[in-house]
Amino acid sequence: MAAIKVHGSPLSTATQRVLACLYEKGVDFQFVSINMAAGEHKSDNFLALNPFGQVPAFEDGDLKLFESRAITHYVAHEYADKGTQLLIPGSNKEAAVLTLWQEVEAQQFNSPSSTLAWELFYKPFFGTATDAAKVEENETKLGKVLDVYETRLSQSRYLASDYFTLADLYHLPNIQCLLATSAKKLLESRPHVNAWVKEITARPAWSKVLAMQKQ
Amino acid sequence: MALKLYGAALSPCTSRVMTCLHEKEADFELVPIDLFAGEHKQLPFLAKNPFGQIPVLEDGDLSLFESRAISAYVAEKFKETGNDLIRHQSFKEAAEVKVWMEVESQHYHPAISPIIFQFFAAPLQGKPPDQAIIDENAAKLGKVLDVYEDKLGRTKYLAGDFYSLADLFHLSFTYYFMKTPCADLINERPHVKAWWEDISSRPAFQKVASAMNFGENGN
Repeated sequence: MAAIKVHGSPLSTATQRVLACLYEKGVDFQFVSINMAAGEHKSDNFLALNPFGQVPAFEDGDLKLFESRAITHYVAHEYADKGTQLLIPGSNKEAAVLTLWQEVEAQQFNSPSSTLAWELFYKPFFGTATDAAKVEENETKLGKVLDVYETRLSQSRYLASDYFTLADLYHLPNIQCLLATSAKKLLESRPHVNAWVKEITARPAWSKVLAMQKQ
Repeated sequence: MALKLYGAALSPCTSRVMTCLHEKEADFELVPIDLFAGEHKQLPFLAKNPFGQIPVLEDGDLSLFESRAISAYVAEKFKETGNDLIRHQSFKEAAEVKVWMEVESQHYHPAISPIIFQFFAAPLQGKPPDQAIIDENAAKLGKVLDVYEDKLGRTKYLAGDFYSLADLFHLSFTYYFMKTPCADLINERPHVKAWWEDISSRPAFQKVASAMNFGENGN
């Protein structure tokens, strides 16, 4: 049995972030499906794995972690010599550029894109009404962030480097949601962002993550 | 060549980085950016951070923004000197530190930041603090602090029985928070309160806290 276990849901963006990383690294893992509709993520058993009651939770032997970005950071370092190189090797200065763009995802991109995904993708899925004011506000915010990305991606093939890294991977789950909504125009109207989106969403590891939703 | 930090002494994000630099006993020069003149939204600063936010760190040919990325870089660069903030010699401890750094980023900060904004920044725009926003975020922060209360009843600091970057990341915003009427959220939770008193009394933070006087005496 694999030493790595991921407890989560294939529909959860945070779970998808971890699954994408594991598939890129080609490491074996066991997926433990958490029944969120039944509130399993708030059960005592699960809270022992993540006191915030959110998926995913992660185990590697007796190491237990939560927060998708902490989990992926661990996996990328622990299994650095397997599968896709997701880090920037070399000097501390070179690696710092990766940390920077990981923080840009967490602090600039995540909030407006998550809100738009919730309003335009998940709410209709659950049959709840979309808040048009929130959509407008967050489309404006996300647009400004993507303007910075457009400039960056005209200078660098991927966000942190000329090759795909964790910084790009972090964006996949929310981007995939947005592509299924009217907000995709924000991505498609910016040529370098659009090219980058097409490249990263076409990666085989990401297709494996999407295939899990159909099981 | 010494490190250059572009920012403002009263800014919590600049202070986050300065606290880290002091913990590592690293020399640096603070280059003041005039926020009130909008210097951070214009060239030449925009060339350093296209998001138009302080701080920015320059180390020779490296230029970084995002205070957490800068702090992580400093903690790594100086990992062999000063206090060990990242537990680099234990992969398990290092992973725990990362978890609680993410907790600050994804749970604590989004709840505390709007409260700070309402009490300190809204008045500058001529608006009174929006109580609905304060109440909504105070409720969220309370739930986060319940998890902290439980964790800090089992370990002395967030990632374990050692002070780390995860604890440090909370200092500057919480310092301003404690000046608001919402400070009870911290004071009513004994383990959280003890943790706060411990980490905020560290000399590296004390050096920075004295300049964090936003909103006082016409600042």
